[in-house]
Amino acid sequence: MEAKTMKERIKNLFLNETLALTILSIIMGLLVGAVVIYISGYRPLEAYRLMLDGIFSRPKYLAWTVIRSTPLILTGLSVAFAFRTGLFNIGVEGQFIIGALAATLLGYFLKLPAILHVPVVFFGGAIAAGLWGAIAGFLKSKFGVHEVIATIMLNWMALYLSNFAVEQEAFKRKGTESSHDIHETAKIGMDWLKESLGAATKVNWGIVIAIIMTALIAYLLFKTTVGYELRAVGFNKDAAQYGGINVKRSIVLSMAIAGALGGAAGALHVMGVSYHVSILAAMEGYGFNGIAVSLIGNNTPFGVILSALLFGGLTYGGSKMQLIGVPTEVINIVIGSIIFFIATNRIFRYVLKCLDRKKLQKGVQ
Amino acid sequence: MLKDLAFILGTTLMYATPLIYASLGAVFSENSGVANIGIEGMMTVGAFSAAASAFILSDVYGILWWVPWVAFIIGGLAGGFFGLLHAVASVSFHADQVVSGIAINFLAPGLSLFLSRRLFEGATMTPAIPLNAKLPRPLNGVIENSILDTIFNQYASVYIAFLLVLLSWYVLYKTKLGLRIRAVGEHPKAADTLGINVYKIRYFSVILSGILAGLGGASLSMAIVASFRPTLISGQGFIALAAMIFGKWKPQGAMGACLLFGATTGIQIYLGSPQVGLNISANLLSMIPYVITLVVLMGFVGKAVAPAADGIPYEKGER
Repeated sequence: MEAKTMKERIKNLFLNETLALTILSIIMGLLVGAVVIYISGYRPLEAYRLMLDGIFSRPKYLAWTVIRSTPLILTGLSVAFAFRTGLFNIGVEGQFIIGALAATLLGYFLKLPAILHVPVVFFGGAIAAGLWGAIAGFLKSKFGVHEVIATIMLNWMALYLSNFAVEQEAFKRKGTESSHDIHETAKIGMDWLKESLGAATKVNWGIVIAIIMTALIAYLLFKTTVGYELRAVGFNKDAAQYGGINVKRSIVLSMAIAGALGGAAGALHVMGVSYHVSILAAMEGYGFNGIAVSLIGNNTPFGVILSALLFGGLTYGGSKMQLIGVPTEVINIVIGSIIFFIATNRIFRYVLKCLDRKKLQKGVQ
Repeated sequence: MLKDLAFILGTTLMYATPLIYASLGAVFSENSGVANIGIEGMMTVGAFSAAASAFILSDVYGILWWVPWVAFIIGGLAGGFFGLLHAVASVSFHADQVVSGIAINFLAPGLSLFLSRRLFEGATMTPAIPLNAKLPRPLNGVIENSILDTIFNQYASVYIAFLLVLLSWYVLYKTKLGLRIRAVGEHPKAADTLGINVYKIRYFSVILSGILAGLGGASLSMAIVASFRPTLISGQGFIALAAMIFGKWKPQGAMGACLLFGATTGIQIYLGSPQVGLNISANLLSMIPYVITLVVLMGFVGKAVAPAADGIPYEKGER
């Protein structure tokens, strides 16, 4: 009896197989990182302790981890949403840039009371990026251009467009490589928290907005007709078409929503953290990291939140490893390994099966 | 005028070269049925390994004729190693090939920068390779003072790229191996029934794809520039992937697409050069290659068809 309940308990724990495999992958990824750290002559335990301290030891650090995670929730959500509807949104990088640019333009050139300015800037950024994303959807549905190619090209166009805008005299702050800051009325800082965390810690409402958006997307995807249609197209385009769903419209709509989410990430980043946009020499990686976040979160809205927090923690806390000289790039190795193990989770399944078989044989004897 | 044209043609060849290597890599992988989005990472690690080895080798042995070549090959092998990793995941463990490719895109650049910091005192940019340790220019001085010199006085990597296009076309369409690669990508089950080892062919193709992508990265860091830095590749692997799709999964098609992209880059650099004297923002000019590529793609409605089994893991014995 005793053994059975124990077994049942373990079974329950592993009932959610995906979750178990994800956690196992994260542990394995950290192990690979530890090996890399060890081989290059540092002490892995000390490095990881520094990382954990860098996340949890002070409220300020925890706040920064959340601040870093906020845009990743939305870019991850954007990728996850597109995946669910059968599209691969590599373009979230560019959508982020467009969202940030539009938000900064509206935040600087408009003068409104905060109660209007904040929503105008936020939705302005999201809508601009939504239209930008819809271009890729339109090109796919009308001309058959693969969305991966279209969004890659659009990423670079977005980057240069943003740089071009920052170059303009009316927008550029003299003596810098950046635009002017947005007005105070467009910022979303949690000033009452800044008193206890220090003024330099840019705590803001972004995380709350990001979580609300995640809930809305989950509702849209799984509880509405539109969401059902979008997912149906993702499952099987031809069947959806046969079933009377307008596939072409669905593709455009899906890319527009994914784009708007990427743009919302950019807008929130400007409103809460950076306050301006700068001339970029290369992609910043919010979008590409969003792809990783989405994959680690198993392309589910709730999973994306957790995985964005993990990602934010790894990158923010991981930078503290530099204190003992460990190059921070080890974090990218850890993240890459986690994704690699998630991709190859058959390894674990295989091992588990072997263990099971052995157990069974023992039981028979 | 002729001189300007020669300048554009010369830059076209120069900028198309890394893309040609990488897109050939993509052609092999995808024709065997394995989507390879990790090309970007494989290019990065190739560029780093080649630049770092060229610097270290010329430091240790002096600048000898073989140094750039060995470094170039090391770049290819480094890419091939990540090709192997991708193959293990996507062929043996039936991983989602996009996910595995993205893992490569984190792992390979991460490892490159990590090693760079370890080897070069915390710098993410490798020290410049001595001029003579870059890949040679075989036609340097042969055709001096003519527009032909502007066009054809290129690094050896450029000529090798075009030879490889020819070779890839020959292998894919004129040899038994090529037939097998395409069979495995089109209908692995049928190929398996006929006694072709699907896994072996796919392993071969994906590793080869990594080697080619690595060489592409090396052709950047050892010819066009003389060092590796984190932003060196920035998206060229994805553009090579786009070129492969645009070129309809064929070596010659991919080459054409790479040349188109190289040409738009050449035109952009030409228009931006001071002797043309156009007063257009460099940022707007930089958009030209991407806009033209998109516009050209729009004209090719639905003509591109991937190999039937591209991106689908093959499982022996599955119905």
